[in-house]
Amino acid sequence: MAAPRTRPLYGQAILLIAIMLLCVFPFYWMVTTSLKTHVVALEAPPVWFFEPTLANYREALFEDGVFRSLLNSLIIAICTTALALVLGVPAAFALARFEFRGKKDLWFWFITNRMISPIVLALPFFLIARNLDLLDKHITLILIYLTFNLPIVIWIVTDQFRGVPYDLDEAARLEGASQWTIMARICLPLAMPGVAVSAIFAFIFSWNELMFGLVLTRTNAKTAPAMAVSFMEGYNLPYGKIMATSTLIVIPVLIFALLASKQLVRGLTMGAVK
Amino acid sequence: MRGRVSRGTILAFIGPAVVGLAAVGIAPLLYALWTSLHFFNLTKLRRVEFIGLENYGTVLTDPVFWQALGRTMTLLGIALPLQIGLGLGIALILHQPGLTLLKTLARLSLVLPMATTYAVVGLLGQVMFNQKFGVVNQLMGGADINWIGDPTNAFVMIVFWDVWQWTPFVALVLLAGLTMVPGEIEEAARLETSNWWKVLRHVQLPFLVPGLVAVLILRTADTLKLFDMVFTLTRGGPGSATEFISLMIQRVGFRAFDQGLASAQAIILLIITIVLAQIYIRVFYREV
Repeated sequence: MAAPRTRPLYGQAILLIAIMLLCVFPFYWMVTTSLKTHVVALEAPPVWFFEPTLANYREALFEDGVFRSLLNSLIIAICTTALALVLGVPAAFALARFEFRGKKDLWFWFITNRMISPIVLALPFFLIARNLDLLDKHITLILIYLTFNLPIVIWIVTDQFRGVPYDLDEAARLEGASQWTIMARICLPLAMPGVAVSAIFAFIFSWNELMFGLVLTRTNAKTAPAMAVSFMEGYNLPYGKIMATSTLIVIPVLIFALLASKQLVRGLTMGAVK
Repeated sequence: MRGRVSRGTILAFIGPAVVGLAAVGIAPLLYALWTSLHFFNLTKLRRVEFIGLENYGTVLTDPVFWQALGRTMTLLGIALPLQIGLGLGIALILHQPGLTLLKTLARLSLVLPMATTYAVVGLLGQVMFNQKFGVVNQLMGGADINWIGDPTNAFVMIVFWDVWQWTPFVALVLLAGLTMVPGEIEEAARLETSNWWKVLRHVQLPFLVPGLVAVLILRTADTLKLFDMVFTLTRGGPGSATEFISLMIQRVGFRAFDQGLASAQAIILLIITIVLAQIYIRVFYREV
């Protein structure tokens, strides 16, 4: 009995390890390339063992302005996330607790925003920003990122508010509490996990975004992904530096994604898949 | 059942979000609609003039537009079946009992690709698929394949990265479906037959259908959106071999400066998206 059961387990284990390797290998290659000198990085065929150096990071961060672009990305991602929460949490409360006409249309609108190609908004936004002298300003990206952050925050937090027992509201109202007090004092503390997850999502989406950053910024508000792409000009590409920048961009999102890994699928499908 | 709330209170809660989203999400679309009805070239701004539906006529009869749309659908048609096939395989492995620690680790590693910055995926592609210093050619036994410069190879490379990044998503969605199958039903089925395909087909599949539909619609929408990764990897090239719909609109609007034409293309893309979103909401949010 024992023998035939262990054999498929070996096969399973090998497959699982293969899956993990396939998922992780590009990151391994990214990090090792970032630790290679320019000469080593351009060796053909590529070398697997070499003396690591942090020179690429030093150069990228302090000479090429990657530090500043990371800071820009950070400012923009934090502000747009905060704004999405401030606007989105009360709206989520209303969607979870009140009955009103047009609720379904609101849902539809949010889902549509999730699916719209950013280029559709980038064209008019570029012209508007140009006319209003808003190109290359942080606020422009902070606002436009609301198009995907607000729906995701509202969706996740609404779901979370629905899970808070309605009896609590009832009891508080009998004591004369207003809806604002009920939301802020009773429901919000209980909905905190959902709020945190939605904030992580909003942060990841904003941090990862390239197209708006590319179209709407030049130098001042240039985001880290746009910065990484700007290294791609010319012939002798500085692969080590590009990978160092990529590593710096990717590490925070990977940490956040692992923190929210249980909810990732729910978030990406707007809750259609539990 | 729910307490009566005055209209003013509702507005106070939901108004700011609606106004905010309308300002950044609808006003620009109206402006795009306006632009699409004009001759509007960034290099000839003195000559902006109303031309009615001419841009739309140009788009709909333009082979470049249809080719880009066709190419996008080809990518979807190749990548999605691969993602579903591989994703289902991974989900079935993860769903089997035993090896808990290894499976937890595998699930965590699956999260990494789909969270990765799309632009970084493209940059990784540049490094790993480079003809001379790329690790991919090395791992293929010192092959000398020109991935980025050859139209077919470049397309294959885009498919590879799309599959790498989104198979985990499909796998996790399907795994969620598999865990919805009531344990006693699955066990009873396994006592009946040892054929995993029969169990999948007759017992598990009904629970996978919602996930599959979600994957189908969202992957379609995401492929129509696809820009960052391809832009950093091939810029739509060589030639127009990997110029998918969003890249084409970007080129027309920002590299050929024809905002009028690009806006018309964008509006058409928007209409396709709205239809998709309608289907999605009809399928999944009937109760809202």
